[in-house]
Amino acid sequence: MQDWHNYLKVAMPKGRIYKQASALFRAAGLSVPEDEDQSRKLIIDIPEARMQFIMAKPVDVPTYVEYGVADIGIVGKDVLMEENKDVYELLDLGIARCRMSVIGLPEWKPATHPRVATKYPNVASQYFRERGQQVEVIKLNGSIELAPLIGLADRIVDMVETGTTLRENGLIELQEMFGITSRLIANRVSYRMKNETIQQLCDQLQTYIAIKQ
Amino acid sequence: MSKPKMFEKPSGVRDYLPEAVTKLRYIERQALNCMSRWGYEQIVTPTMEFYDTVGMASSTSDHKLFKLLNQRGTAMVLRSDMTAPIARVVSSLLYEESLPIRLSYHANVFRSMEEEAGREAEFYQTGAELVGDASPEADAEVIALSIACLQSTGIERFKVAIGHHGFLQGLFGYTLPDREADQQRLMQLLVARDVVGYRELIRTLPIEQEQMERLEAVLQLQGGRRIVEEARALVDEPHARLSLFHLERVWEVLEAYGVSDHLMLDLTLVGDFSYYTGTIFEGYSAELGFPVMSGGRYDNLLQQFGRPAPATGFALKTTRMLDAIRVRELVAVQPSILVQYDAARRVEALAEATRLRTAGERVVTRRVDDVSQLVEVHRLEDAVKLGNGPVFKDVITFVQFVTEHG
Repeated sequence: MQDWHNYLKVAMPKGRIYKQASALFRAAGLSVPEDEDQSRKLIIDIPEARMQFIMAKPVDVPTYVEYGVADIGIVGKDVLMEENKDVYELLDLGIARCRMSVIGLPEWKPATHPRVATKYPNVASQYFRERGQQVEVIKLNGSIELAPLIGLADRIVDMVETGTTLRENGLIELQEMFGITSRLIANRVSYRMKNETIQQLCDQLQTYIAIKQ
Repeated sequence: MSKPKMFEKPSGVRDYLPEAVTKLRYIERQALNCMSRWGYEQIVTPTMEFYDTVGMASSTSDHKLFKLLNQRGTAMVLRSDMTAPIARVVSSLLYEESLPIRLSYHANVFRSMEEEAGREAEFYQTGAELVGDASPEADAEVIALSIACLQSTGIERFKVAIGHHGFLQGLFGYTLPDREADQQRLMQLLVARDVVGYRELIRTLPIEQEQMERLEAVLQLQGGRRIVEEARALVDEPHARLSLFHLERVWEVLEAYGVSDHLMLDLTLVGDFSYYTGTIFEGYSAELGFPVMSGGRYDNLLQQFGRPAPATGFALKTTRMLDAIRVRELVAVQPSILVQYDAARRVEALAEATRLRTAGERVVTRRVDDVSQLVEVHRLEDAVKLGNGPVFKDVITFVQFVTEHG
């Protein structure tokens, strides 16, 4: 490819974040597909935008970018904090806004042997360690809200968007840990080899993000 | 941990099979020859050093050093880079030699495995150190040499980013006087490549709008030579001014070397090593997701060994370059000759093998005991292969028993 340095491979998260991310790209003047490809294609070429989308499971996006099989990627701050990969975090896209919280039953009292269930064991352990609290962190892969209801853990650490799921299960947010948005990340080498292209994309997106806020 | 399986090996270490070794040796040879043509002489130092000397001087953080105890209970380390051992040698065995001293090396180094991709516990580096010259000329020399080395190994599409340790320090000192902790935090965020976090932290600092803009503008200081001018306009502080002056001279010399096409300035570049004091640089290949080379100036390291001297150098990440180089195009595998013989004509056969080897041929010998074991000459076109061995271009047979075709 002659113009390899202005062609970007983008690791895009499938699911919730894709729609918002693609809307942002289109608002910034890049003609990318609105919906995830119905044909279940994993690699989507978008010559108009000089991009190739690699459709990935969100939690894998930083891995693709760290190894350089994608130049840039879009991923939630929650995943970045949990995965701790060596990538550049370039831009806060301000989309898929939510928060990471400690959640429990309304009548929660500190337990003798506190247990916390979560999809984010690294984030959770660090949070409690930094506060000098000894907790046993239990890694679960889904339906985290179950844990306090059936006594597996007395609290959970999870993402909260609207809080509907929590309310429906009779849970409340005990502490808000930090806010989360999606980020634009870049591979260490691509950030330098394709510096101008990536910088230009950042500027395009940044202008739109600024207007929106 | 359960007992390892017989064929298991510790994580982060690797076996290199013949094809990989061919590549590894090729890269090593090309790079070392290149360094030799620039007047750098090769040095070998021990794999093990004392924790209290080289271990302490190395910039590898303590928990990443492999430590062991010798029979007297003294703490030892497996070398984590070659820069500290070379500083030790220059300050001791080479004490009488006048500066500048130019040394090169190819060595395995050890860092206990990190989580990041592509990191290994033991890997090879090929590098050069120029000790005793603080001038921009010296910085440019090692950068130009690193480029020549990359080219000599066949890497074509690459870039070298150059930054300066003193510029960021100057900028932070100027915009955040007496706020050491915040300066440290900003530096840490750049080390972690967290540009978003850097921007967020600036906005929370109780400083004037103008200073905030300065701190934010540094993120844009990436590009060609004009960056020096932009940086000058941004901050007028002695450290920063000196750094920019030095960088500009380095760039000038590199232009004279004719390599400026491969260069970019990046004033946000932070070195991986804590001992860097001045110009720092990093090399990237389009074929690889990880840097292939890194280096920089370390003017304070040698004084730890009692011979204060400025120094600069770099290391190619040889192990990683294996993946960036297509070796088949570079090193043709030399086909071999097969000499097969039986006991009766052994003397004759081995003498012929010796003669051919002396003449530079690659010869594999094989004893055969009856006709069925013979490799037949007329089947050579089928690319005769024995097991996974080499491809044979010819077969010479020394046997007394009668062959079907003989």
